[in-house]
Amino acid sequence: MNIVVCVKYVPDTQAERTFNASDNTTDRVNVDGLLSELDEYAVEEALKIVEAGEGVVTVVTVGPAQASDALKKALQMGADKAVHVIDDAIHGSDALATSLVLAKAIEKVGMPDLVLTGMSSTDGIMGVVPTMLAERLGLPAVTFASDLTVGADSVTARRDGDAASQTIEAALPALVSVTDQINEPRYPSFKGIMAAKKKPVETWGLADLGLSADEVGLDAAWTKVTAFEARPPRQQGTIVKDEGDGGGKLASFLAERKFI
Amino acid sequence: MAATRLMPSDESRALIDMTREVCRKELAPQVDAFERVGGFPEQAFRTLGELGLLSLPYPEEFGGGGQPYEVYLQVVEEIATVWMSVAVGVSVHSLTCYPLAEYGTDEQRRAFLPDMLSGSQLGGYCLSEPDSGSDVGSMTTAATLDADGGGWTLEGTKAWISHAGHADYYTTFARTADTGPKGISCFLVPAGTPGLSFGRPEDKMGLHGDPVAQVIFENARIDADRLLGAQGQGMAIALHALDNGRLGIAAAATGLAQSALDAATTYAMERRQFGRPIIDFQGLAFLLADMEAAVTSARAAYLYAARLKDAGRPYTKEASVAKLVSTDAAMKVTTDAVQVFGGYGYTRDFPVERYMREAKVTQIFEGTNQIQRLVISRQLIRERG
Ligand SMILES: Cc1cc2nc3c(=O)[nH]c(=O)nc-3n(C[C@H](O)[C@H](O)[C@H](O)COP(=O)(O)OP(=O)(O)OC[C@H]3O[C@@H](n4cnc5c(N)ncnc54)[C@H](O)[C@@H]3O)c2cc1C
Repeated sequence: MNIVVCVKYVPDTQAERTFNASDNTTDRVNVDGLLSELDEYAVEEALKIVEAGEGVVTVVTVGPAQASDALKKALQMGADKAVHVIDDAIHGSDALATSLVLAKAIEKVGMPDLVLTGMSSTDGIMGVVPTMLAERLGLPAVTFASDLTVGADSVTARRDGDAASQTIEAALPALVSVTDQINEPRYPSFKGIMAAKKKPVETWGLADLGLSADEVGLDAAWTKVTAFEARPPRQQGTIVKDEGDGGGKLASFLAERKFI
Repeated sequence: MAATRLMPSDESRALIDMTREVCRKELAPQVDAFERVGGFPEQAFRTLGELGLLSLPYPEEFGGGGQPYEVYLQVVEEIATVWMSVAVGVSVHSLTCYPLAEYGTDEQRRAFLPDMLSGSQLGGYCLSEPDSGSDVGSMTTAATLDADGGGWTLEGTKAWISHAGHADYYTTFARTADTGPKGISCFLVPAGTPGLSFGRPEDKMGLHGDPVAQVIFENARIDADRLLGAQGQGMAIALHALDNGRLGIAAAATGLAQSALDAATTYAMERRQFGRPIIDFQGLAFLLADMEAAVTSARAAYLYAARLKDAGRPYTKEASVAKLVSTDAAMKVTTDAVQVFGGYGYTRDFPVERYMREAKVTQIFEGTNQIQRLVISRQLIRERG
């Protein structure tokens, strides 16, 4: 079973994150970044599937030079090879353009049996790329899988809702996006770190994918961030002085805010 | 604050990242509760073992990570910033592998080393005895060779042994002749050896995740091929092994001191007295500055010794300097961290009192800091021929 996992390099959620003042895009260069934690679940799932049988796991990312760190981490976890699509013209691309680039890259890798993605990125948090990508590749899209069983020619996934769970089956090849409930991603072992050094990483530009600059990037985007402002600093909490009536005051505080 | 590290390679940078992530996600959540109750952190060692962190400085040929000491020690330091007991355990395990890796025959290495480096085993280092601590050469535990030369029988009691009762094997020093320090030999004793038993864990001041106990040999018989190095070479092996062990302790002490400094700095910026953060008072800020200077020099000292070792140069003196400087720094920095926290520092609601208790032992084990001065001064004399 050949699997492509789409992974994204995102600003570390623990770091100070900012936007570029010139075009309101996310600053991906002057901030510590890493493999989106939500994508680690997809990588882990792919590794488990291949380890239980056989096949090749290819990780694909679209992003600036630093995005190779996300690929490196996935290779250290155990993926077999990686593709990095990098092109200055891609800067500012929206979800539609990203899915276009990913689709072309996956076609160039060779259509796999299964495409896996995280359920969303931890930076944009749109969660639409998987479906758009499936559409472009002509694959059934199974989203938000919290459990996945792969058969010879179909996948079965469980989608957990608030009140009920659905079980969905789709024919292979298919695209599946996975949630953070599906598994426990492994840490790269030291052996994995050493092995990753020898794994192939291909670097492709737009031209390699038969795409032109005007199909992607900020100018082709359907949505634009027109302004951003820092969130106001958190207000200091309310201190209730207990003068024998502390309980009552606390209760009315919560009631006012409809917590009780 | 994570220490700024100049790593020598891409893979060592990735190794540090991985260590930090595992420590933050897997170890950190357990430490406080575990250190209160005490016990052997088996799961923590298993996690580190599976990731290849228990065998970093040994040859890849036998399953090790093939990493220079410069890298291995910084991993130990990172672990110590989160869990001192486990960092000490990693260092002790490394120490237990050294005699076989350096003095074993090729046959012994092929037979025993891969299991010891697999990450699924942990070793104990049996050197000290109840009446033989600093004066290692006076040990009385004896090993007697069978008349037919087919095996050894060990008799005696070792004291203060980390991982006692939990280890998979014990690198053990015992007397094979009545010729003082020259009559000591080194053995590799499997945990299941009949005649091997363990005392009650010592009731220690701290480091409760590193249970230590006596290891008792009563007519304990091991195969002849369990002798490492030549008969009578034990003392030299023990001392060389300790040169390395001391570097591990120095690195761990540095990590511990770093944590104390970090906790104290954060607290000093938040705690307000006289209408401002206490770090605004120079009298306190300079305390923190001295703590930073101590941590930085501790790190510099062990890295210097490690780089000498990695370059194949003598490093006995520098290893002892590193152990002395780093562990004294850890004691000073952790004590001052409690000072920065004031009364809160003296409670178990904050970790700094634990750091202080953990720091104390680093001045004692693997050669007390008096013994380090002995080693250093002897080397000074030796250097003049
Ligand atoms: C938590 C812990 C874990 C340990 N783990 C291990 C282990 O895994 N394996 C192992 O073999 N041992 C282990 N030890 C033992 C440790 O190495 C010894 O405690 C240490 O070497 C000191 O020996 P001692 O306790 O007998 O003290 P002593 O040697 O009796 O020393 C008492 C005091 O006298 C001083 N002193 C002694 N001789 C001199 C001298 N010549 N000049 C100046 N001062 C001197 C010492 O510095 C010390 O202050 C451990 C100890 C502890 C506390």
